[in-house]
Amino acid sequence: MDLLLQNISHHYGALEVMRDINLEIPAGRIVSIIGPSGCGKSTLLRFIGGLERPTSGQIVQVGEPPAGSLNPLTYVFQDFALLPWRTVEGNISLVLEDHGLNGAKSENIIADVLARTKLSDFRKALPKQLSGGMKQRVAIARALAVNPAVMLMDEPLSALDSQTRELLMDDLIALWARERFTAVYVTHNLQEAVRLGHVIVVLSRRPGTIREIVEIDRPLDERQMGDADLEKVQKQLWTLMREEAAAADQELIHA
Amino acid sequence: MLSPDTTQNGGTDQRTVRFRGGGFAPKSILWIGPVLFAVILVVWEVGTRLGLISTLTLPHPTDVLGTFADLWRTGLLWEHLLPSISRFLVGSAMGCTAGIAIGILIGLFSHVRAGLVPVVAAIFPIPKIALLPLFIIWFGIGEGSKYALIALGTFTPMVVATYGAVDNVDRTLIRMGQSFSLSWASIVWKIVLPGAMPGIFSGLRVSLAIGIILLVAAEMLGARHGVGAYILEAGSLYDLERLFAGVIILSVLGVTVSFLLGQVERRVLKWRA
Repeated sequence: MDLLLQNISHHYGALEVMRDINLEIPAGRIVSIIGPSGCGKSTLLRFIGGLERPTSGQIVQVGEPPAGSLNPLTYVFQDFALLPWRTVEGNISLVLEDHGLNGAKSENIIADVLARTKLSDFRKALPKQLSGGMKQRVAIARALAVNPAVMLMDEPLSALDSQTRELLMDDLIALWARERFTAVYVTHNLQEAVRLGHVIVVLSRRPGTIREIVEIDRPLDERQMGDADLEKVQKQLWTLMREEAAAADQELIHA
Repeated sequence: MLSPDTTQNGGTDQRTVRFRGGGFAPKSILWIGPVLFAVILVVWEVGTRLGLISTLTLPHPTDVLGTFADLWRTGLLWEHLLPSISRFLVGSAMGCTAGIAIGILIGLFSHVRAGLVPVVAAIFPIPKIALLPLFIIWFGIGEGSKYALIALGTFTPMVVATYGAVDNVDRTLIRMGQSFSLSWASIVWKIVLPGAMPGIFSGLRVSLAIGIILLVAAEMLGARHGVGAYILEAGSLYDLERLFAGVIILSVLGVTVSFLLGQVERRVLKWRA
C-alpha cells in the first residue's frame, strides 16, 4: 500500500502553516521528514494518519493494506504513550482487544512481537520500571502487533539519550531488514534521518513547503555510524536547513 | 578562586566547599507521631491531676478512658456507633457515586459541562447544614433526611474533583487510543477512567471527611442514636468525659476511613511511581 499526499495546505486561523505539499510514500521504504522547528512536520504526520484534518488537500491510499493488517496507519509517539497502569503485555493487548482478539490468538501475537523487540523477559513489568529505550521498544512492539501497512514515527528517538538512540536505530534497521515495513519518520535529527531514510524530505520553515527531496541509495544495513558518504549527505542537508533553522529560531523569540 | 597563583603554591587559602543543598525532602519518621501523642496525654493527665488544669475545662484522660470502657461494656457504644456508620456509608456512597458519575459526564461532554458546572458552582458554597430543615420536610425526620444531607455534602466536592481529574488525563494517551482505532467506549473505559483515578481518590479523601462532619451535624439536629446525638447530649449535661469520649470516637472513625481509603488507593494506584 502506497500513500499519496496531494496539495496539502493548512492554516490556523490567519496563520498559514503549510503550503501545497505533494509527496509519495512508496511501500517498503522509509521516508524521513526533516525541517526546522515549527515547520509542521509533526502536524503533517498527524494528517497522514487521520488524527487531524488539513485545511485543504487530501491523503490517498493507493492499493489495499496487506491482509491481516488490523490498523494500517500506526503511530509511534515521541513520548511513548504507554498506559502507566498496564504492564508491557497489557499495553500491547490494549490495541488487540478492540479487534476482538483475546485468549490464544492475542497471546501468540504478544509473544511474537515481544520476541521481535527483545522484550520477552519484561512482559509483566510496568512502564515505570523501564528505561526510556525499553519504553520505546514496547511502543514499537505495540505498533507491530497490529501489523501496520505504514508506521508513522513522530520523533521516536528524541526523548532518548544518544547512546540508547544508537542502539534503537540499530534495532530499527534490523527490524526493517526483516520486515521491509513502510514508514514515515519525522525527526529534527539529521543523523537519524540519513541513517534510517531511503528518502529524505526537507521542509522549509513556516509556511512549510517541500524544499528538497534527497534519495540515499545505500542499503540501510550497510550504513554505519560515521560513514563518510552519509556525513556528506548530512552536511548537504544542514547547509540546506541552516538559514531556515536560524530564521525559525528567531521567529520563536519574536513570537 | 581557582586562579593559577593560589593553586600553584599549594597550602595557601584552601577551604572545603560549604554544603548548602539538602532539605525540602519530606522523610517518613514513624516514631514522632505516637511519641508526641503520648507526651500530650501525659502532660494533660499530670496537669489535671495536679490541678494546673481545672477539671471544669478538661477531664482526666483516664476518666475519659473509663467512660469509654463503660460504653463498651454496656453495649451503648454500638448502639450509637452502628447507626452513625450506616448513615455515613449510605449517604456518602450515594453522594460519591453520583458525584463521580456526574463528574465524568462533565469531563466527557461539553454540553453537560456548560450546563452543570455553573449549577455545581452554585450549590458548592451553600452550607449544607442550613438545608437540613428543608430535607426534614422533604424526606422526613428519619434516616432519609440524614442520607440526603450527607449525600449532597459529599456530592459537590466529588463532582469538582472528578471532572478536574478527567480534564487532567494525558491527552497523548487519548490520541494514542484514537490512533489505534479504539472505540469511544474503550477509550473512556481503558484510558480516561484509569487516568482519572488519582484525582478521584484525592476527591474521595476530601468528600469523606466532609461526610463525617455532616453526619455529626445531622445527628445533632435530629437523632436519638448516633455519635452526634451522644456528644450533644453529653454537652448539654456538661458531661465532659462523655463529650470527649464521643469526640475520640469521631476521630478514630476519621482515621479509620482515611486508612481504609489509603489501602484501597495503594492497590488501585500501584502503577504510580
